[in-house]
Amino acid sequence: MNKLNFKEKTNINLLMYLAIIVVSVTILIFLDMNKFQYNYVISIIEKSLVYAVVALSMNIVTGFTGLFSLGQAGFMALGAYTTAILTIPIASRPNVYYMNGILPALENAIVPIPVALILGGVVAGVFAALIGIPILRLKSDYLAIATLGFSEIIRAVIASPMMDKITNGSYGLKSIPGFKSSLECFAYSLICIVIMILIINSSTGRDFKAVREDEIAARAVGINLFKTKELSFVVSSFFTGIGGGLLAMFMRSIDSKTFQITLTYDILLIVVLGGIGSITGSIVGAFFVTAGKELLRFFDEPLIIGGVQIPLFKPGFRMVIFSILLMIVVLFFRKGLLGGKELSFNKLMKVRRKKNLDEPGGNA
Amino acid sequence: MNLFLQHALTGISVGGCYALIAIGYTLVYGILRLINFAHGDIFMVAGYFMIFSFAVMPFPIAIIVTLIATTVLGIMIEKFAYAPLRQAPRMSVMISAIGVSYLLQNLATYLFTALPKAYPAIPGLKKVIVIGNISTSLVTLLTPIVTIVLVALLLFLVNKTKIGLSMRAVSRDYEAASLMGIKLNQTISFTFAIGSLLAAVGSILYFTDRMTVFPFSGSLPGLKCFVAAVFGGIGSIPGALVGGFFIGICETIIKAIGLSTFSDAFTFIVLIIMLLIRPTGLFGEKNIDKV
Repeated sequence: MNKLNFKEKTNINLLMYLAIIVVSVTILIFLDMNKFQYNYVISIIEKSLVYAVVALSMNIVTGFTGLFSLGQAGFMALGAYTTAILTIPIASRPNVYYMNGILPALENAIVPIPVALILGGVVAGVFAALIGIPILRLKSDYLAIATLGFSEIIRAVIASPMMDKITNGSYGLKSIPGFKSSLECFAYSLICIVIMILIINSSTGRDFKAVREDEIAARAVGINLFKTKELSFVVSSFFTGIGGGLLAMFMRSIDSKTFQITLTYDILLIVVLGGIGSITGSIVGAFFVTAGKELLRFFDEPLIIGGVQIPLFKPGFRMVIFSILLMIVVLFFRKGLLGGKELSFNKLMKVRRKKNLDEPGGNA
Repeated sequence: MNLFLQHALTGISVGGCYALIAIGYTLVYGILRLINFAHGDIFMVAGYFMIFSFAVMPFPIAIIVTLIATTVLGIMIEKFAYAPLRQAPRMSVMISAIGVSYLLQNLATYLFTALPKAYPAIPGLKKVIVIGNISTSLVTLLTPIVTIVLVALLLFLVNKTKIGLSMRAVSRDYEAASLMGIKLNQTISFTFAIGSLLAAVGSILYFTDRMTVFPFSGSLPGLKCFVAAVFGGIGSIPGALVGGFFIGICETIIKAIGLSTFSDAFTFIVLIIMLLIRPTGLFGEKNIDKV
């Protein structure tokens, strides 16, 4: 009886999600047809989608496995550079590498965009697997600072003169092919998000949560701690790499300064606001933060009411608002807006549901 | 040889500043088990305090005002952002620390714009001194001396006074210390006060040499100093001193041999190697995990 009930609920949820996808696709098609009118809206949506992928991938490792990793920007850089190098049209390459020339092996290396994105993810994943072996032994704050360190090392290597012929050193890469339409961006993001959700809800995902709740108890029930952590780290980095590739396509030009620590903090902001350990939280958070940053842009412009300039409104004000919002969430809504819970249509329809055990715990 | 001495002197001077900041990390980590990500930004804000107080008052008073303002800032941050999270999981506290750092950086950008601001020249500190073939400014010579004197004072405070005893007790066992009647909040506030005070001194010495301050000028030195603290053994004051000097000197040497792109990365390589070989650092105590 209970089981049947459960199945009904999942079906309702699934149907609702499918409905959302259909509605989104319709909206996007409409926006694409009126591209010139809605250029701004389209760019906000694309950016939100990219950030949703990266935020969810950060949530896998931070929210679901309880490993506080601050290496996101570095893995995004790996994915972004791989994608960019493999997709910049051959004709415009001499123009991009006008300073130092390009490595002969890369001169004619071009692959279709989906392949380039996956390769970007693979590069990030392989790198994560390598550094994961030593650093995943570290505990919470040491792990955070070590991943942050690796992210900075990646950035330094990318910007170094030795890599000039590959990454164009400090000049960065440009002429990266962008999304042909917002639907293309939507499709890539949707595929990534669905695969990540499937992983989180699989038995592997339950292993992740067990490690988060209590490492010793997890080991006692036969979970291989190291393997689980490494897997979570690699999966997360793989999708972060793809997210980085998508970001490169969104921005059309990248350099090593794009991937500073601030980028990791921006993503952390989304994850924390949306709720650590909440899939829907990360996705809603990405849209909320990205759209919010754009909509609050008027805070950065001088505001004149009745001939008097309001002194608060000047550049940087919206970021102050976001920082204060982050502090409020951290201090008063410790689990973020959605906590470990998921936005569910069953709840909206007031179907009673047992309390979810999926809340993130205090894993030190 | 002269060139080498010149670089060594610069390295020791930078290292002295790093050591002063690293002590702030080490003290806070020792007591709260928290990486105070905002510490580097406190250091940056101290730079701005100096710029603004220097503009309106004579320099000895401006220095005192800067030191007091920074100390108050450190205590306030602890009260507002860390104290409410005493019982929370460690990840929440760490995110709170990152949040404070984010807030301070954005606030500084908002209030003082992202453009670098000129740091005032304190009379006398930039005077050029020539010893043999080496020419250097007074601040370069003064930094290591100030650092060592302050560390000696701090060691006396921690080892010989009552408040120092309670600091050591809290860092050894948080709960037992409070059962023994030690006022936890007071001790923690005091620790933050000392950390911020030293960061302010470090900031005056560091920025007098660099001459400009901008909203992000605290983030990278902050992280480097944390590495210095880990290198020396987190929780150990002499460790932070040694770590600070080590990172400062190595960084200067790397810059001198023409690898400046890697000077920041080097710090993190040191961190990772140290964490793998000896996670407790040079002078750190062994920590045993209990179930």
